[in-house]
Amino acid sequence: MPVIAQLEPVATPGIDWFAISPLLVLVGAALFLLTAAALTTTTPPKGFYALFTVVSAVVAIACSALLWERVTDPTEGAFAAIAGAVTIDGFSVFFAVVISVAIALGALSADDYLRREGLDGPELYVLMLLSGAGGVVMAMANDLIVVFLGLETLSIALYVMAGFHLRRLESQESAIKYFVLGSFSSAFLLYGIALVYGATGSTNFSQIARFLSGNVLIANGLLFAGFALLLVGLGFKVAAVPFHVWTPDVYQGAPTPVTGFMASAAKAAGFAALLRVFMSTFELYRVDWRPIMWVLAVLTLVVGSFLAIVQNDVKRMLAYSSISHAGFVLVGVQAASDRGVAGALFYLLAYTFMVVGSFGVVALVGGRGDAAHDLSSYRALSARRPVLALVFTVLLLAQAGVPLTSGFLAKFYVIGAAVESNSYALALVAMVSAVVSAFVYLRITVAMYMSDADAMDGAPAGEPSPPAGVRVPPAAALGLAVAVAFTIAVGLLPSAVVDFTRDAVPVLVSVGP
Amino acid sequence: MEDLPLLSALVVAPAAGAGTVALMPRDRPNATRTVAVLTTLVVAVLSVLVLVAFDTTDAGFQFTERYPWIDDFGIAWYLGVDGISLFLVVLTGLLFPIAVIGVRPHHDPKAYLAWLLLLEAGCLGVFVALDLFVFFVMFEIVLVPMYFLIGGWGYGERVYAALKFFLFTMLGSAFMLVGILAVAFLHERATGVLTFDLVVLAEAQGAIAATTARWLFLAFAIAFAVKVPVFPLHTWLPDAHTQAPTAGSVILAGVMLKLGTYGFLRFGLYLFPEAAAYFAPALVTLGVVGIIYGAVVAAMQRDLKRLVAYSSVAHLGFIVLGTFAFTTPALSGGVMQMVNHGISTGALFLLVGMISDRRHTREISKLNGLQKAAPLLAGVFTVVMLSSIGLPGLNNFVGEFLVLIGSFPTRRWWTVVATVGVILAAVYLLWAYQRVFHGVPDDENASTPDMTRRELAVMAPLLAAMVFLGVYPKPVLDRIEPAVDRLIAHVEDSSGFSQPQIVAEGRSE
Repeated sequence: MPVIAQLEPVATPGIDWFAISPLLVLVGAALFLLTAAALTTTTPPKGFYALFTVVSAVVAIACSALLWERVTDPTEGAFAAIAGAVTIDGFSVFFAVVISVAIALGALSADDYLRREGLDGPELYVLMLLSGAGGVVMAMANDLIVVFLGLETLSIALYVMAGFHLRRLESQESAIKYFVLGSFSSAFLLYGIALVYGATGSTNFSQIARFLSGNVLIANGLLFAGFALLLVGLGFKVAAVPFHVWTPDVYQGAPTPVTGFMASAAKAAGFAALLRVFMSTFELYRVDWRPIMWVLAVLTLVVGSFLAIVQNDVKRMLAYSSISHAGFVLVGVQAASDRGVAGALFYLLAYTFMVVGSFGVVALVGGRGDAAHDLSSYRALSARRPVLALVFTVLLLAQAGVPLTSGFLAKFYVIGAAVESNSYALALVAMVSAVVSAFVYLRITVAMYMSDADAMDGAPAGEPSPPAGVRVPPAAALGLAVAVAFTIAVGLLPSAVVDFTRDAVPVLVSVGP
Repeated sequence: MEDLPLLSALVVAPAAGAGTVALMPRDRPNATRTVAVLTTLVVAVLSVLVLVAFDTTDAGFQFTERYPWIDDFGIAWYLGVDGISLFLVVLTGLLFPIAVIGVRPHHDPKAYLAWLLLLEAGCLGVFVALDLFVFFVMFEIVLVPMYFLIGGWGYGERVYAALKFFLFTMLGSAFMLVGILAVAFLHERATGVLTFDLVVLAEAQGAIAATTARWLFLAFAIAFAVKVPVFPLHTWLPDAHTQAPTAGSVILAGVMLKLGTYGFLRFGLYLFPEAAAYFAPALVTLGVVGIIYGAVVAAMQRDLKRLVAYSSVAHLGFIVLGTFAFTTPALSGGVMQMVNHGISTGALFLLVGMISDRRHTREISKLNGLQKAAPLLAGVFTVVMLSSIGLPGLNNFVGEFLVLIGSFPTRRWWTVVATVGVILAAVYLLWAYQRVFHGVPDDENASTPDMTRRELAVMAPLLAAMVFLGVYPKPVLDRIEPAVDRLIAHVEDSSGFSQPQIVAEGRSE
């Protein structure tokens, strides 16, 4: 009998659906929202999209909690899934939580903003969910190609989100700038992946690590060039100096809730990949990359904090301050120890709440047209909106690292890790730059609390200060309440979060041949 | 008494009061005021309870409490008092009600009172903390309420003064945080135990190499020197004191400057005895420079409040001298002087506040002949001024005398120079008094109203304390000395230093 064709079944890897459930929830929610909105003609009730997004994010967090039980179970532990493409360990679950938090808080902040600006619709939420899903992929990745996939999903959605405010020229400019520079950085990353593949023969983290531990590279230029290019690509995402030049313009131009999301989720995802690549995959070469991280950290801290001083636009101030926060996380990375990684994770979690909250306040004060971001817009906010001013003050002081807030513990944690690994100079630079940054946050509180008398002197009594009304809609209020509550609660009783981050350091799982 | 968490209550009560005040409606100023006054009174009673229950014979820490806080770092909520901190706790407990009752803010009393109460919680927290982390948290947190008090309720250049105060102090603390972490992690490297427990870290001398300890001492010393402030780092003080509202100045001078000197004693000397002895000559020199510099600059001031502010620099110089002379009388005198300075300078700031409220100026050249117009005010001012000068029979004399007599054997020439500072204090204060109170008042000053009963009632306890401590300081010294002896023995154990015996014999006679 003539053989027409030999049928050989293609080996498809088994998929552990539960292992990627947070990811599935986010992607599923995005697709559902997109499809449902396209197929239905009736407009859903006010706030439905935001509510749906928040609920999806909460479900993703719940899935992560279940997954957390599994990965911290001593009998099971961390494992690789989908043919070694992803690693499910405390680390990836941790970032799934952080990014879901950023989505939920971002959606709460976006809800009223979009309606105010006449942009309401499901699109921004869909993009936010997809972008977040990309971030989760980056955190779970166990393969450089998967990192790249996640990064692109994250970034492309963000490019669109940055330009979402159609009638604001700055928003368009921001999107273009982010897109052009972002594409460059992706190219760097991709080239870095290629070089590392050339040097080690694999893109899989486990196999790279196995190769590097089993072989001594006599000519290691290729590998180091790969390191450098990977660092450029990821450094761009986390806005580390000198790859930060896009940050102030893009943060300033993007719709404010998007800026908050970008500053938290994109930065967290970038650091997730950075930590995974350098801490667990290239751990053997830490002697080589630590000095580079050291330089990056110092530059990021110093440039971020000093340039923030000379800004007069609050959004730009916070953009530069977010750069200096990245410097603090790099201090944790540079320590290259378990405590350093745990510190960096703690910092990212605390920072997510602080930064989304801060930009949430900025979105409210910005008012119609998302325009009132000059420092003068904050004058006498304490008289007009005492609670909002207090909330912003708490978030700013937390960013400054004042004790009894999560921001202080975050700094304490990373500085502790730096001291533990004898990086005293770096610890000092970091603390001094924290003082410089504090000046920036204090300038905002001065505007909010201490310029009321001046305003009263000049203007007749009863005349409101510039932009008259700052509305605080319930959704945004809820988001801010959550952010402040977390910031203070963790500042007072951090033990649970400290344990969470300690168990979330990345694990290198061995994958087949 | 034993099982009552007295010290936690001291810290938590004002914080809870601050929270209550913050949550009360804005349109009930009297109710918020009552809550605030009651809170400070309760804290005052608690602090007196600590004083009463304090065991004079025990040189160690008493009323200790320990609850785990952040296990992963070995951080615990660990509190306790000894003879050194006892009177600072009492001073804080008693000075706050005076500041709250004695001074009314000119606007927004609710926020003002909430910040003051939070400040009280932080100050008490510093004095009772026995865990480096708790100490640092408290040391830093006091910046926030003080920043808002100066910036929100201060005078002319308040925003500049508030920013300068916050950033200077935070910069100092930045070094200390790195120092604290280094102490803890180096101790962990040597012993395998990560802890921030002051007693454990201090008793494990040798876990950290002597040369390293010297660097760490410097990191701590910068933070404390800014807070004290020691001479070249003092520039924030005149601004902050002058621009702060009266209650702010009272607390700033009365309590918050002591955070630095207390820090030197509790953390500098106790944690790094060898390094403290090594750097003592430098710090004593800076202290003496501060005495002379503060006095000379105070004499030059045109603003009465600024004059008092600079006098603080001089007085604090005495405390620094006493601290680093390492003899029992000098150290006891230094501790005593912390309390005395709190009482006298606190009172001076209250009086200057009264003058400035009446005359709407603090320019010495615009004030004259107030004695005719306000005899009672002048009388009280005289007593407070004489106390600040160090007249025998009043509190400052005892402290300064002990510091000088105790420093002479170990730091002879420094002491000689410092003694000049006592005379200079008389010069600038008496001269200022002359210009402000003597002579014939012009039209503007003639109608200055005298002290009210309420103001007199506020000043009365301070005057009583000045006389009592000046005439009969023994009960105070009895409680301070065991702890001081223990601290000096600790320094002697771990450095080549030993206290000259002449002094000890002289004391026992």
